[in-house]
Amino acid sequence: MTRVVITGVGTINPLGHDAQSTYAAMREGRCGIGPLDFRDVDRLSVRIGAQIRDYDAETVFNRQQLALYDRFTQFTLISARQAVAQSGLCFSGPLADRSGVVLGTSGGGLTTQDENYRAVYEEGKNRVHPFVVPKLMNNAAASHVSMEFNLRGPSFTVATACASSNHAMGQAFSMIRSGLCTAMVTGGTEAMLCFGGVKAWEGLRVMSKDACRPFSATRNGMVQGEGAGVFVFEALDHAQARGAEILAEVLGFAMTSDAADIVMPSKQGAARAIAGALADGGIARERVGYINAHGTGTAANDKTECAAVADVFGTHADKLMISSTKSMHGHLIGGTGAVELLACLMALNEGVIAPTIGYEEPDPECALDVVPNEAREAEVDVVLSNAFAFGGLNAVLALGRV
Amino acid sequence: MDVQSKVIEIIAEQAMLEPEDVTLESTPDSLGIDSLGLVESIFAIEEAFDISIPFNANDPSASDFDISSVATIVAGITRLIEEKAT
Repeated sequence: MTRVVITGVGTINPLGHDAQSTYAAMREGRCGIGPLDFRDVDRLSVRIGAQIRDYDAETVFNRQQLALYDRFTQFTLISARQAVAQSGLCFSGPLADRSGVVLGTSGGGLTTQDENYRAVYEEGKNRVHPFVVPKLMNNAAASHVSMEFNLRGPSFTVATACASSNHAMGQAFSMIRSGLCTAMVTGGTEAMLCFGGVKAWEGLRVMSKDACRPFSATRNGMVQGEGAGVFVFEALDHAQARGAEILAEVLGFAMTSDAADIVMPSKQGAARAIAGALADGGIARERVGYINAHGTGTAANDKTECAAVADVFGTHADKLMISSTKSMHGHLIGGTGAVELLACLMALNEGVIAPTIGYEEPDPECALDVVPNEAREAEVDVVLSNAFAFGGLNAVLALGRV
Repeated sequence: MDVQSKVIEIIAEQAMLEPEDVTLESTPDSLGIDSLGLVESIFAIEEAFDISIPFNANDPSASDFDISSVATIVAGITRLIEEKAT
């Protein structure tokens, strides 16, 4: 099997407009959550979220591009440009044919959909912009990445709600590992912070109105965020042959289905995914030093996730660190695993564990080292990234150094 | 239809029971209504009475809306309807 490494990283998210600024924010434990700012926010009962600030699309994209790029595509392209540039890859000839794009997203062009529903239903308009469909379709971002970088191999979009990014990156990993592809641009993106996007979540009554406090006894729900994370995955031998800087090795991946409930998580499903990723990478559990938790800040997820980690790791569960960076960047739904993988890279490469901020009070049902409130310096060998989606679809990635 | 009868009708429909099988002492648990079913019932009650019920599925006991039995739900709704009228 071909070994797979990461040679490029890019992001725009509520904590920063690139990887370095995101690492700095995670190191400082900065919170990207604040009052939401968009049309009709006064009609929402949940009015906080992690929006990307200081972002003006018109300074990045021209008029023709913006007619085709929903916000989720914009975030993707910004992230992909950074990742591809860092990798140093230029896709042409046979490499282009053996490279593709797999991205995760849940809502796709939800803002475009929201705006156009508003136009035809609320404002009674009978004509919409000709590009509504190519702008809102879930695969738009993946397709635009393929066009911008001449990636002519397998490309598609994965939609598994909150696990979309991890499922996508798992696919990219498997495709290189099996020899199908040489390099893949992969990760995830989401731009659900519009009236309809938040209104729908509000209905489920699992959203916090004040803060995201994963693992804290005082937690009262999730907070939504937006943004993208994009990586270049590449065959190890290919990366070494060209002398590329290697950021991490993707060691293992596993996915499971709870086959149980459409919203309530299952300890068994989560545990099987975590144990599966370790088995897939041939990783002894004692080697895992850090887990980037799914850690949504809901009552149900956090206790289930901690129980699953305790089950898989036994006594080692008390020695490893597990934090939820959603406390800072919010829940990016289909893009969340990608942005959270940055915390894993930071742990491996900079020896800094991102904290769980907003932590107020221990919960006996979440009795693990959740790295409360302040980042910590630590050398870790192997890191995991958990994602457990609505619908009971779980995906866990394991990273290490080459 | 009075508040109590309407609430029982909504809860019975959610539980897939006949209204006469739902008593004031019934609890969501005893009726087989899970957390998602409870959220759906609360939505239906809000729509029926045009009120907003403070309910967070993360911690149902934290809000001052008591969902422990049909009787407490009826009492809470009656209070919210009165508050809305004043």
